[in-house]
Amino acid sequence: MDSENNYIVQALGLGKQVASPEGTLIILDAINLAIKKGESLAIIGISGSGKSTLLGLLAGLDRPTTGKVILNGTDLNQLDEDGRALIRNQVVGFVFQSFHLLPNLTALENTALPLELAGAEQADAMAMQKLQAVGLAERIHHYPNQLSGGEQQRVAIARAFAGNPQILFADEPTGNLDHKTAQRIIDLLFDLNKENSTTLIMVTHDHAIADHCDRQVVMAGGQLTENL
Amino acid sequence: MNTFKFASVSLTRDWHSGELRLIGISILIAVACLSSVNFFTDRVRRATERQATELLAADLVLISSAKIRKEYITKADQAHLTVSLNESFRSVVTKDDKLELTEVKAVDTNYPIRGRLRTSDYLLGAEQYNDSIPAPGSVWVDSRLLQALQVQVGDSINLGAMAFVIDKVLTYEPDRGGDLFNIAPRLLMNRTDLDATGLILPGSRIKYRLLLGGDSEAIDQYRAYINTNKDDHMRVQGIKDARPEIKSALERAEQFLGLAALVSIALAGLAIAMSAQRFAIRHYDNCAIMRCLGLQQKQISRIYLYQLLMLGLICSLAGCLIGYFVQAALTQLMSGLSQQTLPKPSWLPVLSGLFAGLITVLAFALPPLMRLGAVSPLRVLRRDLTPLPVNNYLIYSLAVLALMLLGPWQADNISLTLYTVSGLFLTAILLALAAKYMLALLARLQPHLKMAARYGLANVTRRSNHSIVQIMGIGIGITVMLLLTLVRTDLLENWQNRLPEDAPNYFLINIQPDQVDGVKSFLAHALQYEIELYPMIRGRLTKINDVAVNPDDYENPRASRLAAREFNLSYATKMQADNRLVAGRWWTGESTVEPYFSVEEGIAETLGINMGDTLTYSIAGQEISGHVINLRWVEWDSFHVNFFVVSNPAALKTYPGTFISSFYIPESKRSILIGLVGKYPSITILDVDALLAQVRTIMNQVVRTIEFVFIFTLLTGIAVLFATLQSTHDARTQESALMSALGANRKQIISGLVAEFMLLGLITGLLSAIAASVIELALAVFIFKMDIVINPLIWLIAPVVCCLIIVPTGLFGTRKVLSVSPMLILKKT
Repeated sequence: MDSENNYIVQALGLGKQVASPEGTLIILDAINLAIKKGESLAIIGISGSGKSTLLGLLAGLDRPTTGKVILNGTDLNQLDEDGRALIRNQVVGFVFQSFHLLPNLTALENTALPLELAGAEQADAMAMQKLQAVGLAERIHHYPNQLSGGEQQRVAIARAFAGNPQILFADEPTGNLDHKTAQRIIDLLFDLNKENSTTLIMVTHDHAIADHCDRQVVMAGGQLTENL
Repeated sequence: MNTFKFASVSLTRDWHSGELRLIGISILIAVACLSSVNFFTDRVRRATERQATELLAADLVLISSAKIRKEYITKADQAHLTVSLNESFRSVVTKDDKLELTEVKAVDTNYPIRGRLRTSDYLLGAEQYNDSIPAPGSVWVDSRLLQALQVQVGDSINLGAMAFVIDKVLTYEPDRGGDLFNIAPRLLMNRTDLDATGLILPGSRIKYRLLLGGDSEAIDQYRAYINTNKDDHMRVQGIKDARPEIKSALERAEQFLGLAALVSIALAGLAIAMSAQRFAIRHYDNCAIMRCLGLQQKQISRIYLYQLLMLGLICSLAGCLIGYFVQAALTQLMSGLSQQTLPKPSWLPVLSGLFAGLITVLAFALPPLMRLGAVSPLRVLRRDLTPLPVNNYLIYSLAVLALMLLGPWQADNISLTLYTVSGLFLTAILLALAAKYMLALLARLQPHLKMAARYGLANVTRRSNHSIVQIMGIGIGITVMLLLTLVRTDLLENWQNRLPEDAPNYFLINIQPDQVDGVKSFLAHALQYEIELYPMIRGRLTKINDVAVNPDDYENPRASRLAAREFNLSYATKMQADNRLVAGRWWTGESTVEPYFSVEEGIAETLGINMGDTLTYSIAGQEISGHVINLRWVEWDSFHVNFFVVSNPAALKTYPGTFISSFYIPESKRSILIGLVGKYPSITILDVDALLAQVRTIMNQVVRTIEFVFIFTLLTGIAVLFATLQSTHDARTQESALMSALGANRKQIISGLVAEFMLLGLITGLLSAIAASVIELALAVFIFKMDIVINPLIWLIAPVVCCLIIVPTGLFGTRKVLSVSPMLILKKT
């Protein structure tokens, strides 16, 4: 068995319940999951199966009702919101389905944002490098509404890699893109993932995309099963 | 389908889901503000008027040269008005070999209906309020009669066929006002003694007065009755016909209050428009689905119209209720400050609140909501399909129309409404233009700024269209707030400064020409400064442009009265400091030999006198004619000696007249007056302290009211600020969740917001200060006719104050954004 130190993300008895008019709703039920450094994992499942909730808990965006998440050796339950924010800034990168670029910032400024939040000195220069890596060197001063969907997602990927994160969380990264663009984005994501030796945890309902990953897990009825 | 029923169900649903709450609360705040302003101003206005009625000793006075007919009294009794009759006449009062022509007033026990008499027990003794009248057989006399007859309290004097005991010294009668400069010593007696004096004979020159008091509605009705049933020899005096200085004080008070109410409506409208805009955008999807489900455009429009009307009505009613309690609390608060009990609130503000609430809601919220009818059903497939925006001209026209409709009715003054509304719109346009250029300029700074400032500036500059609307919205609010602050500080200070602590408190009249030098040097020695003596010549206006002046030719009763009576004329080389030329030029030097007249603009308008007209006066049997070469504005509030008509010295210097003066004597130096009267017994001294105190009280009350109204307007302004913040709430929430997901801590997010609001505050403050100064200048020059020097510091202070208002309010308004979970970012949109 691998030593615990090899796991960069661990979920131990992770549960999430919410109150609803019909009573308590169990979204995640005692999930156990361990992800190794440099591994790529696809979480697949149908809509409403709880995959995004799991992703949010693993990334420290939310707190579990029961159980805990150990991210890069830190028990997230022991941290307050600001503490978790610091971990997210230093260890984690995100790619979202809806890109989530700030409309009032240029491509360069959006990419530099996590670096600026971390107080990096050369934020713009580092962001510039990442934009070059995703092939957007010519469009750094464009605003999100001046870019196509694929370009916006590339900016989001550049932003995700800007802080050289150890873990990249991707939530349906191609959900809003056409097939051809989606393919290019996935190639880019996996290339960069390999180059940066990043751990990738991706939520998707597309089995073809999930096939790119080292491992696949399936969410159903709040339970997780390994897809072998 | 039953659209009304569906609309009421939707109203409940939308309210519960929180969708309508913002717009509902905006209406609620708006109407609560408006109705509390209306309730309060209505009460204070009536209280102020009542206070001013002290100067008449009643709410309404009928003055007649013949006995007041019984039917007038019966009618007043029927209307449940308080009635008091009095007779006044001049008669000689004697004591041994001394006699003095005295102004006698015989009163009944209801006198005075408004205000209180004041007396002292001996000459120059302590003054006390006195709620009785002289008992039969006794009289109260003023100090001048005591001095003139060399008598004291307890002595007996003779009036007509009867002897009276002097019981008290009369120091103050509320209605002593009237014609200040023709007052003989005064004597107050009981009406029941009148017949026994034998002075009431056919042909006696007696003024019969009927004093009336009651609630304003009954008084107005009685006045309407009198106006149609008046005897020829009778005139009616209400508070607005009273002394010119009181009249102008009241008119200004109404202008201030009206202005504040109007601005509240404009601000409320802005808040409602913004909330409705947000509501509409959030309902595009609902409407698209309803259209897919088969609803027609007009049905959707009708549903939202009904919803709006119901919401408007319910929230306006609730607003009125809150307004009522707020004003009650305010009155409670004010009771410590004011000795006076305010009259009970009337129901009128409820009606006006509902009316204004509905008009405001319809004008400001209807245009964005009517867009919902135009949502395409195709939007269910293509979310980018939004209905065409409503024509901006339509929105602005409706807003202007609503303000114009509510304006004159709120402000009671069409020109004031016009100035305010056009001022607001001009401000809006100028703010938008200035904001646009300022933002473009600021955007260049962005790369050089640190993280928080950069993010804040990006928020302000990159959504430039949005920011312009925000600056415009908040800017108008702040502009009017500043305007009211400026109005309060500059205009009111200016106004109050006209009645400084050392405003003249004594008038000297009947100074003979040969006494001028003596009086001047006596007072210069005693007071340590030179006082000015003004010549006063009595003359009757007989012709204007060689056409005989006939009082009956004037329809305006005031004009007719002015034409019938003698004018106090004066001559001067230089114009008085508190006068201002409004047309023509002043004569230069004494060398002018041709007679010229300078006429006060108000009386010129009343009597139909124009520049260049030839006026002919009859003075002591001689006629003098001269051209009107200028018109003057006179600051009547100053209490300095002033004249309706002034000539150049060449015209009037040779005519017989007396001199008059006004000056200030501190309490400690009043003994000077006894010395003056001892040396010049024929000079009459008039104490105007009491009158001044009354005017000052009225002004103080007005200032307090405006301060209260100002607080309400400030609240409406803050509501606008909240509405503006709400309109960006969704975007901010999303951004904040993203920032948090990317690792921003709370402090970093707050810093970004502080930077943004501070920047917004600085820009808005600077632009608003400039706009408010310009509007204030226009108001001062064209409406209040005052000279105003705008404090340049305001342009520095305003941005700072704006930041102090906008930053905490902004942070409070966006506090939910700070607690948003970063998980929100994973929710699919």
